[in-house]
Amino acid sequence: MNPIGGVGRATIALITEIGRVSLFLSEALRSLVRPPFFWALIGQQMLRIGYFSLPVVGFTAFFTGGALALQIFIGGDRVGAEALVPRIVVLGITRELGPVIASLMVAGRVAAAIAAEIGTMRVTEQIDALTTLSTNPFNYLVAPRIIAAVLTMPLLVFIADIVGVFGGYVVATLDLGFNNAAYLQNTYDFLRTNDVVSGLVKAAVFGFIIAALGCYQGFNSKGGAQGVGKATTDAVVTASILILAANFVMTSLFFR
Amino acid sequence: MAESTPPAKIELREVRKSFGPKVVLDGINLTVAPGESLVIIGGSGTGKSVMLKCILGLLRPDSGKISVDGEDVTRLTGRAREKANRHFGMLFQGGALFDSLPVWENVAFGLTHGRGMARREAKGIAIEKLAAVGLNKDVGELRPSELSGGMQKRVGLARAIAADPDIIFFDEPTTGLDPIMADVINDLIVKTVKMVGATAVSITHDMISARKIADRVAMIHKGKIIWDGAAKDIDSSGNPYVDQFVHGRADGPIQMEVRR
Ligand SMILES: Nc1ncnc2c1ncn2[C@@H]1O[C@H](COP(=O)(O)OP(=O)(O)OP(=O)(O)O)[C@@H](O)[C@H]1O
Ligand SMILES: [Mg+2]
Repeated sequence: MNPIGGVGRATIALITEIGRVSLFLSEALRSLVRPPFFWALIGQQMLRIGYFSLPVVGFTAFFTGGALALQIFIGGDRVGAEALVPRIVVLGITRELGPVIASLMVAGRVAAAIAAEIGTMRVTEQIDALTTLSTNPFNYLVAPRIIAAVLTMPLLVFIADIVGVFGGYVVATLDLGFNNAAYLQNTYDFLRTNDVVSGLVKAAVFGFIIAALGCYQGFNSKGGAQGVGKATTDAVVTASILILAANFVMTSLFFR
Repeated sequence: MAESTPPAKIELREVRKSFGPKVVLDGINLTVAPGESLVIIGGSGTGKSVMLKCILGLLRPDSGKISVDGEDVTRLTGRAREKANRHFGMLFQGGALFDSLPVWENVAFGLTHGRGMARREAKGIAIEKLAAVGLNKDVGELRPSELSGGMQKRVGLARAIAADPDIIFFDEPTTGLDPIMADVINDLIVKTVKMVGATAVSITHDMISARKIADRVAMIHKGKIIWDGAAKDIDSSGNPYVDQFVHGRADGPIQMEVRR
């Protein structure tokens, strides 16, 4: 094998893929503003994406908040820990960990489910059937999922923020001997609206990434059950990587 | 050319389609007259389904021209494609039923989603169409996964004709049905074409069905239409390929690609 040829082929493949994703996204964005809108489907997807993700998001947020409190307490060498722990917990959760962890969990659940469902519809020709019944598959399948994900992710992350801070509070007061009222007061005094809002903006962007990549991988799956399996894996992997990359970009934009 | 012939309902001119190096359609020329029932025959994997998908705009031909009612539809997209597809009904070879929806909503889909008809009204029509393919009202409430293969085929057929399209494509309408039900479906196709005046293009391997529903038969082989004639002439085509296919003989000019 010629290594230079290999690099060339990989580069071409990457550029082709970026082109295809861009085309898909432009078509998807157009479907968001072009009627018809399937309101019932948006509601159904909000339930599936948002409501049924609550338990998994809640648990991860709680334990992340708890672990964060422990680490800061230990790392802070107990010097000024009383003030440090609640502040860093609330900052870390609202700005970074809440949105990122919740979105990664939802990516695992939802991007996979979307890719599997749409992928199966692709290989069984159900997407072709939509077209022959004069229904645009982007309007019917993609738009409701993207709209639902962009609307529900901020709500989920808001809940994750509260549960995460609560997790830190529980560990700090029960295990580390913090004073209940002082901890809450410290959290409240230190928190700025922007910390929460920036996290919710991130959440909306991550919601878009999750739904769009799930749909993209599903639409482009081919070759039966194996192809759908690959689409599912690819959806979770690409969505997760993009979430972390987008998070870095947004953090450097918002907080500098 | 003289303008004496009526305009073709569907016309394909030199349509070519390849998948990578594999040439599937190699210059298809075909004309379907209004109200005609054309049956396409040909070996497995010769590109019959691909040809239908090109007409429907599900696949884009590499070159050539496809017109419907004299209008070029080869490269339509978006709204214009949706509008053109309102003329069409399609029965997919594999059914392609929406497994997330109950049977009646599948049948009514083109009415409720494609044309914005109210659900109640559409349900009534769906139940009528289900009855026409020999399925009763209760089946309407089931999911497609709860049906037998032959029942799925019939639901697909009901869905294809639900919106009273003026052009209907049937990809193997009788495959997987018992002989009696196959005959019911044949009658239904004949009735749909004759009563409603629809134009039908059917793909089939079932020569009994072909004889019953076809006004005209076209045979596709190696990406080209190699014979095209009236259904009554099929036994006297003088074409060795058609003869071999019609009589289902393993020996003849068509060699199946099987390893010995
Ligand atoms: N989406 C696709 N990608 C790549 N190859 C394809 C695709 N669709 C069809 N083909 C190839 O095109 C050829 C023709 O397929 P097609 O489905 O039209 O056959 P057919 O004539 O309908 O056969 P059958 O009677 O078995 O249904 C086959 O060799 C198939 O492998
Ligand atoms: Mg076929």
